[in-house]
Amino acid sequence: MADVKYSEEHEWIRVEGDTGTIGITQYAQEQLGDVVFVDVPAAGRKVAKGESVAVVESVKAASDIYAPVSGEVIESNAALADTPGDVNAEPMGKGWFFRIRMSDKGELAGLMDEAAYTAFVKSLG
Amino acid sequence: MRYLPLTDADRREMLGVIGARSVDELFRDVPESARLGAKIAGLPDHQGELEVERAFQAYAAKNLSPASVPFFIGAGAYRHHVPATVDYMIQRGEFLTSYTPYQPEITQGTLQYLFEFQTQITMLTGMDVANASMYDGSTGTSEAVLMANRVTRRHKALVSGGLHPQYRRIIETAAKWEGFVAVVGKPDVEGLEDLIAAVDKETSCVVVQNPSFFGHVRDFAKLAAACHAAGALLIVVVTEVVSLGLITPPGEMGADIVVCEGQSIGNGLGFGGPYVGLFATREKYMRQMPGRLVGETVDADGKRGFVLTLSTREQHIRREKATSNICTNAGLCALAFTVHLTLLGEAGFRRLAEINHAKASELADRVAAIPGVKLLNESFFNEFTVRLPKPAAPVVEALAARRILGGLPVSRLIPNDPSVENLLLLAATETATEYGMGPLVAALKEVL
Amino acid sequence: MASSQDRSQGRSGGIVSGGATEAVTFTGNRALQIEEPLIFEMGQPGRCGVDLPEPPKVKDRLNGLRRSGDIGLPGLSEPQVVQHYTRLSQKNYAIDMGVYPLGSCTMKHNPRLNEKVARLPGIGDLHPLQPVSTVQGALELIDRLAHWLKTLTGMPAVAMSPAAGAHGEMCGMMAIAAALEARGERAQRKVVLAPESAHGTNPATAAALGFTVKPIPANETGRVDLAALKAALGPDVAAIMLTNPNTCGLFESEIVEISTAVHAAGAYFYCDGANFNAIAGRVRPGDLGVDCMHINLHKTFSTPHGGGGPGAGPVVLSAALAPYAPYPWIVKDGETWRVAEDDAKVAGTPLGRLKAFHGQMGMFTRALAYMMSHGADGLKQASEDAVLSANYVMAALKDVMSPAFDGPCMHEALFDDSFLKDTGVSTLDFAKAMIDEGYHPMTMYFPLVVHGAMLIEPTESQAKEDLDLFLGALRSLAAKAKTGTAAEAFKAAPLYAPRRRLDETLAARKPILRWKPSNNPPETDPVKQAAE
Repeated sequence: MADVKYSEEHEWIRVEGDTGTIGITQYAQEQLGDVVFVDVPAAGRKVAKGESVAVVESVKAASDIYAPVSGEVIESNAALADTPGDVNAEPMGKGWFFRIRMSDKGELAGLMDEAAYTAFVKSLG
Repeated sequence: MRYLPLTDADRREMLGVIGARSVDELFRDVPESARLGAKIAGLPDHQGELEVERAFQAYAAKNLSPASVPFFIGAGAYRHHVPATVDYMIQRGEFLTSYTPYQPEITQGTLQYLFEFQTQITMLTGMDVANASMYDGSTGTSEAVLMANRVTRRHKALVSGGLHPQYRRIIETAAKWEGFVAVVGKPDVEGLEDLIAAVDKETSCVVVQNPSFFGHVRDFAKLAAACHAAGALLIVVVTEVVSLGLITPPGEMGADIVVCEGQSIGNGLGFGGPYVGLFATREKYMRQMPGRLVGETVDADGKRGFVLTLSTREQHIRREKATSNICTNAGLCALAFTVHLTLLGEAGFRRLAEINHAKASELADRVAAIPGVKLLNESFFNEFTVRLPKPAAPVVEALAARRILGGLPVSRLIPNDPSVENLLLLAATETATEYGMGPLVAALKEVL
Repeated sequence: MASSQDRSQGRSGGIVSGGATEAVTFTGNRALQIEEPLIFEMGQPGRCGVDLPEPPKVKDRLNGLRRSGDIGLPGLSEPQVVQHYTRLSQKNYAIDMGVYPLGSCTMKHNPRLNEKVARLPGIGDLHPLQPVSTVQGALELIDRLAHWLKTLTGMPAVAMSPAAGAHGEMCGMMAIAAALEARGERAQRKVVLAPESAHGTNPATAAALGFTVKPIPANETGRVDLAALKAALGPDVAAIMLTNPNTCGLFESEIVEISTAVHAAGAYFYCDGANFNAIAGRVRPGDLGVDCMHINLHKTFSTPHGGGGPGAGPVVLSAALAPYAPYPWIVKDGETWRVAEDDAKVAGTPLGRLKAFHGQMGMFTRALAYMMSHGADGLKQASEDAVLSANYVMAALKDVMSPAFDGPCMHEALFDDSFLKDTGVSTLDFAKAMIDEGYHPMTMYFPLVVHGAMLIEPTESQAKEDLDLFLGALRSLAAKAKTGTAAEAFKAAPLYAPRRRLDETLAARKPILRWKPSNNPPETDPVKQAAE
């Protein structure tokens, strides 16, 4: 999909107007294994690009999620508290993390499109 | 050497397999300048069991064993009777010589007793979740403050003057080097301290002790409400865990974190350690807890089993982002605790607490009847404070010269403070008898 | 995803258990393996495991705070308690049962003499706050242990109170912070260097004290890259935290160059002493330029691991750091011993206090008994035997497994998982198969710098014939894995342990951290299963 961008930290952001929905990629969830807990930011929190805003945990690993763009969190996926496995099952669907109202859409330009991200993942071996 | 199974023939054979001429060759990565050719100087050679045992008996002979004399010291470490079963159980090699249960398939014994232990702690404290133990109550208290700082993202702890003075010092040390503010109350001798007015929007937590260091039993429900209104956490410390058999648990008063010294149950005095720290909190703070946690699950056949869980909080995974650097806990002391508490059960634990309170009541009345001695406590569990007509430290020394271990002079832990110089802290547990109380009272009369 | 699905998912990872050969028993027990309920499922009101006298009636002096309602503790008789914990004990592997090659943990023999002397009346039953005139022997004992530790490490001072290795790390790093503060450089020196292979406690400790941790890469021999270290040193560096022998089981051969460079840059050298057991009696860390080092008494000096503690972590200190040692310490005045406690008028500027009372006395007693039993000659021999045994393990396995680095190693042998490449067997599977052979697995996936790491520490406590049997088992497993057709069998392991593989995902997703009556759906309740 053309409106989805990817970061080198294996996050995706789906852009609709000035709203972005953020989660982790298929590759990231495969690397993590069974996700057991996701700590998502509360609505109203202002985040800066690159700031650590969420944590995703498997049994043996914990990874920080960095905001791919700056803005204000408008909604987080409360369902993940009960069903963290959604991140494994549908990383780009039910397993989304949070929505953000972007303050600078120009920041999107620094992210990859799907083709570039696919090539990036391949380069990791 | 009785502990070393390899024979010289074994060693030669093993060197042959390795392809080395000597053991020295295996140490070739050690810089030349640091290699010791001969054995280290200044230390004796190996000795047999008999010789080593004699040496320790000689150390023991230079001490006064509490078992042999009237004994009334508490102040964070209490002399209780430990059933014979406890020490037998913890010396079973399967418990004693196992390690942290990293391989749950072959450490279900440790994991199950820790799960039972965690459950017992939640029951005693009236809290939702408990960890698999901390080093002891004193270090656990400091960890609780750090946890409150994480939860609230604030950096000011209010510390009651009723907290054990050494616990207070540990918090102050952490504050200085780990970078937060500890506001410490004056020694709360009378048990009248009110911290509610001091709680503000910068406060991460308030740390109180119940019964307090001076023995007072306090209701912290209003303080808890004030903390919660200000967004702060209430940490309640219990240094005498037997008191929870008789006193309203901190959880019912609204505590957010409860830390106990668990030594009283199952663990001897041991000159101060190792002891066992009990650490409990509310479910919503579960992921901010320090230390190991055991959880229930199922195995590949669907059978119930237990594992270490929520490990992502811990240093071996989170490294610099861990909730604590703690690694080892007090596994074997936790086993002693849980075996003893299982022997006691509901009825035994409550009765033990009743006996402690009754013994201390008797002692308090008898000591307070000595002319010039004033009891400072309206309330207490098994320990109380009296004001003597003269400094307490030499009085305690004079009692010791009469082979009576007659309490703690408060000045030992709060030195250079004239307001506590005459204070004596006395404890009586189920081990106190008429054969002890009578001589203590008589000797105090003589010494004062 | 509902809870019931989670449970079935938990089973799906496994292989059909046992098959036709496994007998189904009425009780669910399998001979010596007894299914054991929780104490909360066994209790009956009216049972008690102690006899206490009727308490005398007194007026409550509890400020109106008498506990109401049941605590919920179960009531069991003494025989039930003994049986319960005995049965639980039989579900544990232990050093007393055999080879326990858990690398980095040093699972050596725990002598029972240590237990005996720790329990002597007049040692095990002393109150920490008795008048010091009544505990002269105890203070002398602590000082004697301190003497051994200082002599073995070649260091002038020791802080005895830390309760465990990680606590000792905290103590040592606080001492470094205190020394920097005294130099007026604490605000400036905020960086702590640590190798990528460090124990997790190192970065956790440094971060807790406000330091920023900067990883130092390893070179191709598994040791600190000296050039990279030198490049990282600067006026912002407070200390390096280095384990030596390192977590790959190798001696840092350039250790003197490292400490010289660290000191030249104005920083301190924290040595993680977790692996001191490889060199005790043969090398003195003081001769290597170490400023402080914690010593895990449960590793090097055999105090029992106890299912995860208690430990003890005394910290030896260089002359530069000694003035900052925390309270308390033991002082000898003429013929009398006393304790320097808080606010005592003493020399130096103590960093504060880390623990109530005097430290882990019970562990001090055991460690000293171990040292006296070995003596200077025996400690040296023990270190040599530990190193010899580890090198023997490496030599005996190098043709079938894949050593991560060239030898000689010190007290532990590190392998990577390249020998399992394309077999479908992972390090985890290999380790679990060892359980069925009657062994505790080695340390897995640590250090992180080696892929699929397997860290084997045989210690000095194993007879050669026992080591040979262990090595035979590992060789046979490696050969089986390499057939390329055994992956499924490995993934099914262990088959013969008290439990098969446990569902850690379920445990973490739906944490059940305490028993509640409702925890037990009938299908997972062994007692109810047996009744059906």
